[in-house]
Order: sequence, then C-alpha cells, then structure tokens
Amino acid sequence: MNFIWNLPLFTIVLSLFSGPLCTMLKAKAAKYYTLFLECSLIFMTTLVFWYTLHTRKAFTYSMGEFPAPWGNEIRAGTLEALIALLFLVVLLCSNLAGWHFLKIDIDESKINLYYSLLNLLTAALMALVWTNDIFTGYVFLEILTLTSCGILIVREIGRTTLAAVRYMILNLLGSGLYLLGVVLLYNLTGQLLMVPMQETLAVITGNGAGMPAVSLSIGILTIGLGIKSGLFPFHFWMPDTYGWATPTSASVLSSLVSKAYIFLLIKVYYRAIGIGVIARTPILKILFVLGICGIIFGSVSAIRANNIDRMVAFSSAAQIGYIYMGIGMGSTAALTAALFQIMTHAVTKSLLFLTTPYLAEVSGDSLLFKRLQGSGHRNRMAGFFFTIGALSMVGIPVFGGFSMKLLFAQSAVLETSVRKMMMVMLALAVSSLLNALYFIRTLVRIFTEPSQETEKASAAAGPEDGAGEGAKAAAAEKECVPGTARQEEMEIERLSYGTAGMILTAANVVLGLFSWVVVDLISRGLSMFS
Amino acid sequence: MKERFLKWLNGDQDLMEHILDETEGQEPSRLERKERKEKELESFSRRPEVEAVMEEERKAFQRVYLAVAIVSCIALISVLLYVVSSLSRYGVENPLTLEVVRRYVEDGLRETGAVNIVSGLILDYRAFDTLGESHVLFTALVCVTILLRIDSKNMRTDYEDYYTIRQDQYFDLSKDSIIRLVGSVLVPSILLFGIYVILNGQISPGGGFSGGAVMGAGLTLFSVAFGFDRTDRFFTTRVSAWLSFCSLAFYALAKGYAFFMGANGYETHIPKGTPGAIFSGGLILPLDIAVGIVVCCTMFGFYSLFRRGSVGGNADHH
Repeated sequence: MNFIWNLPLFTIVLSLFSGPLCTMLKAKAAKYYTLFLECSLIFMTTLVFWYTLHTRKAFTYSMGEFPAPWGNEIRAGTLEALIALLFLVVLLCSNLAGWHFLKIDIDESKINLYYSLLNLLTAALMALVWTNDIFTGYVFLEILTLTSCGILIVREIGRTTLAAVRYMILNLLGSGLYLLGVVLLYNLTGQLLMVPMQETLAVITGNGAGMPAVSLSIGILTIGLGIKSGLFPFHFWMPDTYGWATPTSASVLSSLVSKAYIFLLIKVYYRAIGIGVIARTPILKILFVLGICGIIFGSVSAIRANNIDRMVAFSSAAQIGYIYMGIGMGSTAALTAALFQIMTHAVTKSLLFLTTPYLAEVSGDSLLFKRLQGSGHRNRMAGFFFTIGALSMVGIPVFGGFSMKLLFAQSAVLETSVRKMMMVMLALAVSSLLNALYFIRTLVRIFTEPSQETEKASAAAGPEDGAGEGAKAAAAEKECVPGTARQEEMEIERLSYGTAGMILTAANVVLGLFSWVVVDLISRGLSMFS
Repeated sequence: MKERFLKWLNGDQDLMEHILDETEGQEPSRLERKERKEKELESFSRRPEVEAVMEEERKAFQRVYLAVAIVSCIALISVLLYVVSSLSRYGVENPLTLEVVRRYVEDGLRETGAVNIVSGLILDYRAFDTLGESHVLFTALVCVTILLRIDSKNMRTDYEDYYTIRQDQYFDLSKDSIIRLVGSVLVPSILLFGIYVILNGQISPGGGFSGGAVMGAGLTLFSVAFGFDRTDRFFTTRVSAWLSFCSLAFYALAKGYAFFMGANGYETHIPKGTPGAIFSGGLILPLDIAVGIVVCCTMFGFYSLFRRGSVGGNADHH
C-alpha cells in the first residue's frame, strides 16, 4: 500500500481536528492557521490527484480494520481528487479575499468561531467528496448544513438571521428527505456502501418487482438533495442566503456547498444505484425539465433584480439549472459537461461574490444598481474582476462559461432524440441572451461615469441611509495616514484580494482555453467511477 | 406578521412587559433606551434595497405559500405511506439483506470485545460515521454561541441588561428551599448515574451520547437549584472550551490512528480486554468518555447560553 493512499483520510481528520482547535486560538492566529491548513490540504490533494492520474486507477481505503461491506470506506479517483482540489482552491481564495469584510462584519471575539466553522465545513466537503458510503454522506451532510447556517448567521444583522432560519428549515427538510431515502434503500438492500448496494439493487430490480419502492426512494432522496442545492422550484432561498452573508460565506455557500450536494447526488446515482436502474425511472426526465426551467426562471428573476448581489444569486439558480440539465440528459457526454459546469461555476461565482462588496464599498455601501454607477472606475481592480466574471457567465470565448456552453451543445447533438436536442439548444440560446442582457447591463452601469446630478444626489443621500458599517469603515480608511500599521494592513488586504482574484481568473481562463484537458481528466475520472 | 416575526427573532419583543411594569419608576430612561435600540434596528431595514426585497416577498408569499404547503405535505405523506406498504414485513427475513447484519450480530463480540453490539457497531465497525456525528453536536454549540453570546454586534443595550437581571431575579429558584433540598439529593445521583451510563457503554445499553446528556441535565439542575455562582466556581468558559477541545482532539486523533493502522494492515496494540468487564472493547471506553464530556459541556452550554448569553462563568460580560 502506497503512503499516498492515506492522504484522503488525513484531509478529513486534520480539518475535523482543526475545528475545535480554532475555538482555542485568537482571531488572527485562527486566520493564519486556517490559511496554512488549506495550503497543506491542497498539497495533499494534489499528490492524490497526481497519483491517480499516474496509476490510471482509483483506490478504496477502508476506515479501520474491517473490510468493505462492514466498515466504512473512502475512495479516491481522478474525478474526486479534481473536485476536492477545486473546492480547496476556491476555499483558499474566498478566505484570502474575504478577510477585509470579515473583520467588519463579524465581532472580533467571534472570528475564531467563524474559522472553526469554516474548518468543519472543509472536513464535511472533503468527506462528501471522498466517501464511498451513503450514510457517511448523510452524517457529513448534517455538518455541512449546520456549518453553512453558522457562517451565514455570524454577521448578526436581523436580515441574515432571518435568512439563516429560512435556509436552515429548508436544509433540514432536505436532510430529512435524504435520510428517508437512505433508510428506505437500506431497508431494501441491507447495504450502505455504494458498490455492494448497487449489486443488491441490480438483483432486486432484475425482475421489475421491487421497482416502485426503489424509484420512490430515489425520488425522495433526489428531492432532498435538490432542495439543498437549489434546484428550480426550491431556489427561492438563494438570493436571501447569498445576498446578505459576509462575502467569504456567500462565496463558499454558492460555489462549494451547493456543488458538494450535487456531487453527492451524482455519486449516489452512478455508484450507489447504478445509472441502469435510474434510467428506468422518470427521474432523469424530471431533472432535465426542472433544470431547463431553472435556467429560464433564474435568468428572468435576475433581470428583475435591482440589487447586484441578488442578481448574481439568481444567476446561480440558472447555473445550477445547467448542471441538473446535464445530469438529466443522462449521457456520459452530458454528465461531463455538467461536471465541467460545476467547476466553471465554482470558479466564476466565487469571483463575483467576492467582488461585488468591493464595488459596493466605494458606492456608499449600497448594492443597488443606481448607486453602483461608475464604481468600476472607483475601484479598478474590483471592476476588472467583475468584468472577467460577467464575461465568463455570459459565455464569451477564452473564459470557462463559453466552453461549458459548447460542451452542452456538443452533448445535445449526440442525443438520439431530436426533441431533447432542440430543447437543450433552445435553452442554451435563450439563457445566453438573458445572461448577456443582465450582465452587460451591469457592466455598462459600473463603467459609466455618473453624471453630476446623480453624484450630488448620492452624496446627499449617502450619510443617511448608507450609514452601514462598511461606509463607516471606508470613511475611517480615508482618514488614515500612509505608512502607519493600518495602511500596511490595507495594502496586505488589497494584495490578498488581488491574488485570490488572479487565481480564480487564471482558473477560469484555463477552463476556457484548455477545456479539452479538463474534459479529458473528467472523462478519465468518470471511467474509473462505476 | 413578518414584522412581528422579525421582532421576535431580534429578541425585541418584550414578553415580560407586564410583569416588570411595577419597577417602571425606578428606571427613568428605560423607555428611551428601548426606543433608541428600536431605531438602531430600524435603520437597517429602512435601507431601500431591504425594503424593496421585503415588499417583493410579501407579495409572493401570501398568495401561493399556503396552497403549496398543503398540497406538498399531502403528496409527501401519501408517497411515504405507499413506499412503506411495499416494503417487506417486519421480522420476515430477506436473505439478500442479511449479509452485513449477520456479521455484526454473530462476530461482533469477538471482533470488537464489546458486549453491547450497538456500541461495537457505532464505535468500531462504523466509527467514521460516529466521528462525524460527535462533531455535529460541537458544530451546533459553536452556532448557538455565535448567535447568543453577548458581543458588540448583538447590540446588548443597558436596557436589556437591566431587563435580563430583573428576569433572572424573577425566575431565580435558588432561594427556594424545596428546590435546594431536592437538588441536593438529586444532583449527585444524576451525575453518578451519568458516569455509570458512560462507563458501561460497552457492556450495557448506554454510552457517551446518552450518559453525557444525563450529566448535562444534572449540571443544569445544579445551577438551577444553587445558582450560577456555584457552577461558575469549576465550570468557566475556559474550562468548557478546553474540555470540549481536548475530548474532540483525542477522539479525532485516536480514531485517525486506528483508521490508519487498520487500513494499512498494522496491529493497533489496543488491548480488547475481557468481554463484560469495564476495561473491554478496546477504544470504545475512552471514546465514550470523550463523547460524554463533549455532550455534557454542550448540553450545559446550551442552557447557559440561553439563560445568560455565555457558555460558562467569567465571560466577557458587559
């Protein structure tokens, strides 16, 4: 057994251990410790990634001395390692870029608790990516649910508390439904590990007798994960959740947490149940239709939004729709496109959510479009990163969003049913148009110099209703003298935001220009998958 | 409705208004302070983007919400009833589904050294799940601490402090001689029973989760009967944090060690002991103790946070 086989275990146990540890540290120490932890996790995951690429084989690792159907098990293949690596990189970037707002939004005495939650969340993400057991999936789903509510509530303004209560109720409903699905499947098969469960299910459904119970259990489980990840009719919690959270949380919640649920769903479908059984139920068709509805309605809601964060959040609903559309098409090519979209969206959406607060900061701490006029000039760096993110979302070549749409179009052409192909093509065309509509409008808005009158008006209105903490902090920053410690700290924050933004931009460009490499990696991972 | 809910969430609705009215005269600026705090809260929700959102939601919610809720509940109930009716009957053995269970029941005692098969199952065969589960409770404690621990952000005004103190005095049961007497009898026995349940987790029903909950209840009763001053002597925020951290760290590292050795095919060198004795079951006993400590700290922490906004004594009380 190679030493590298142990590394997935270490990523989980180390981040679990770091959760309680951070409650014992001071705010700054917790921050640097978390950054260090994330870097070392990235290093470990890279080794696992390289190893699976090198050996062209996935490996399973039993947790303890008891072998597969009796003990727990984790599994690492190219796909798992790739997704874990992506999650960790985005997490690191969110952490780097969000610090500036973190210390404004959160009380000093609770910053270490925030990092504690963030590390527990990392552990849950890692466990969900590596797990080979659907009940382990449930346990870490719970941790993910609780930590995501925690990182939402930590801002402690009435609105985030309300959003967190809503988010928690919906998430608990989702967890409960997932648990019901797992219990029913366990009752039917007597197995919790993915591969043995698939074998038993093949026997049960072989003569078609057990089919209704199996398909309803899968349906319940799917609804559960659908609610948690924001599938179309359940996407209404998204804007509130993402819109009011502190930027690090918004970025982590939108680009990682919902993706972890979807990745778990893909694992359950392809490894625990088997796509052969799934294909005999109408679930894939329903997901396909809901995905397309999500794309259209999410975009329409985004157009109607008058607040930049809500617009970006509604566009998340649309982007999640793409992923479900890909899963619903059921072919390998479409699944590859869906996984590619998981990566693109994680990289792009985190960049956008980390950038909008910087734009708001120079606009009297307001996220309203009318205030944001010209903010791209007032903070050039944020304007640049927002442009990158927006262009990728619209699907301009060179960026990941374009390759994603191309991949979906290609997989649609491979479909045998003409109706399905037309639906996908139409959805792609309409949504690109709608995306362009609201993102280009925003770009125009933030890069147009405000006219004299509006500037005066906003200056007059500023102190009254823009009197949030951000504006106060911005005012305090203007007063500070160069060369002082405060100034130095600001430089560091600027630098870390720039670094994080550049990493995410680079990842986006790589996804856009070298999509064939990524697609090759994903299809290699998928071939190890089942 | 929503405003009232918001008010309730922010802890702004004065549930004790009528009870405290008699002391109104003693605290002249009380109303003024309350108004100031309301204004602070209002200033956020009066911002235009918040207002627009709330208006939009109000429209959408009122119409569809009720109908959709009722329909989906009925749908879910009927689906679940249908699925349950199609499952195999309880007690009828299905040879397909017995593979895993059989080994747990038949070889559990020999392989884990625990007479209580459930303990052997959750702390040895499927210990990874339980490792996660023990952190779930800790996560909950961190979330509640974030929400309830007093800091500059949850805008604890003098009024509220005054109000809390009054409320505390009103509900203070530690002067009540019946409660003190019953407490002095019950608290030691409850704590002892909790320790018994924890230590016997591997040989009889019980274990860390249940024993810890019992001990937490005992501590809560202790502080109710004798006041927080007594518990604060030994159970401060610092002590609670260290206990939780050490137990969880021990849990994660010990189990990480066991996973590592087991997966790599090495001997763990943890003695299994004689089945039925206290020292049996290998790691199960120390893990039960660790879980028990965490659960106890968490349970008492919840009570203390809800009661006075800090996990233990000596907190940064304003």
